[in-house]
Amino acid sequence: MSYSKELLNHYENPQNVGSFAKDEKNIGTGLVGAPACGDVMKLQIKVSDEGIIEDAKFKTFGCGSAIASSSLATEWIKGMKIDDAVKITNKEIAEELSLPPVKIHCSVLAEEAIKSAIEDYKKQKEKK
Amino acid sequence: MTIKLPIYMDYQSTTPIDPRVIDKMVEVMKNDYGNPHSRSHAFGWKAEEIVENARQQIAKLINADEKEIFFTSGATESNNIAIKGVAKFYENLGKKHIITLTTEHKCVINSCRDLEQEGFKITFLPVQKNGLVDLNMLESAITEQTALVSIMAVNNEIGVIQPLAEIGALCRKKGVFFHTDCAQSFGKIPLDVEKMNIDLMSISGHKIYGPKGIGAIYIRRKPRVRIKSMMSGGGQERGIRSGTVPTQLVVGLGLASEIAFNEMAKDYEKIKKFSQKFYDAMQKLTHVYLNGDLEQRYLGNLNFSFAGIEGESMIMAIKDLAVSSGSACTSASLEPSYVLHALGVDDELAHTSIRFGFGRFTTEDEIDYAINLISQKVEKLRAMSPLWEMMQDGIDLKSINWKSH
Repeated sequence: MSYSKELLNHYENPQNVGSFAKDEKNIGTGLVGAPACGDVMKLQIKVSDEGIIEDAKFKTFGCGSAIASSSLATEWIKGMKIDDAVKITNKEIAEELSLPPVKIHCSVLAEEAIKSAIEDYKKQKEKK
Repeated sequence: MTIKLPIYMDYQSTTPIDPRVIDKMVEVMKNDYGNPHSRSHAFGWKAEEIVENARQQIAKLINADEKEIFFTSGATESNNIAIKGVAKFYENLGKKHIITLTTEHKCVINSCRDLEQEGFKITFLPVQKNGLVDLNMLESAITEQTALVSIMAVNNEIGVIQPLAEIGALCRKKGVFFHTDCAQSFGKIPLDVEKMNIDLMSISGHKIYGPKGIGAIYIRRKPRVRIKSMMSGGGQERGIRSGTVPTQLVVGLGLASEIAFNEMAKDYEKIKKFSQKFYDAMQKLTHVYLNGDLEQRYLGNLNFSFAGIEGESMIMAIKDLAVSSGSACTSASLEPSYVLHALGVDDELAHTSIRFGFGRFTTEDEIDYAINLISQKVEKLRAMSPLWEMMQDGIDLKSINWKSH
């Protein structure tokens, strides 16, 4: 399968790989996909009191497109307000990486990972 | 020594043609263009002689008579002829049942499915966890109506070798024909149609350093196996397979068989050494699992699951190596390999499987390069895998309520 330059760049030099320390505060974690389907994304955000995503990290089990989609997602949301990040669509991700049709589900997963991380952050905040 | 990249490690999909075979084929293409079925002139006689010589070379490799070898376009056609040809000849005798395995090649499975549509009864036997047939289960599946048992020798995806001699003895005892798809084993491991009681065998040219587009089928004469031909035409190949026999391809398959006869032991010795070295290195990476039986295997095929690393991302990471994957992501479908599924391999591990193939032209430098590259990339990809992180934290992946699509 031939991939775009943008996709290969994100795959070969993925940005923001990792996890936040378990005791770190103001973290939201999204875990989407399933091992049996061949795709799992974990995306984490660190949010300031003003609701701005200060930092983001990811780990992904999946094909090259899934890894590139999550790398791109973390790059995009860093510095964004959570209310804006939640509006990112899979279409934008798929277009940026020129994903082939059979790989569109990777961008869907990245969108879900962002939304899931934000939801988790809000839930954690309410608990306090 | 410099290594030419990418390194070919996909010997199960096809093999490079042996240079000796190429030279012979070119010579025949240049000089011996006669139709081997032309009886009226020297061009035809010469071509016929070349074809008959190749038939002998193939027969010798499996201890058959040359009159039992018929040329086809490849193992897919041979498998179709064997399964559909036997089924359609013997259905009038009340034999409308065929037994095969769930791990067979698609051309065997789909030939059986086609027959099923036409009213034949097919038993798809499951395999054991190691990929091998359960002989007791096979025996109890055979009935008065069974015409044919079709079980491959070496599996294309995982390399396990089915117990041919035992299957052959059982089929002979029960009075049913035994067909075996030997695309991956002919010329690679010793095969003997007499000792193994094989009645029909499918053979491929391009898996044994010969050309693509040529294969053969062995059909036993004593006791005679009858088949209904699927190809209408001039009645070549004793009516089994009409169509002009392609002399230049046949000479390639013939010579490839002769080379295999002479060099099989030498080739295997080398493959065994490389395979052992590669296997040991993969075990050092931990949580790398060999799919299929460790002992009953053709060592030129090692299929591993790398826990925590999805197959396609692995293939991208080791793009200097030409390999293939049982993962869904390399194909358009979302289902992982049906062969691994039949072994009871979890879907999550099936998605992490990669097949490595070694053959006549593999070098030790290539093996070393591959081991080094894989070791580096496994570390890198596991460092970015959420599943690996969970495994390291002692979390049971099955305890999580995954939201699957």
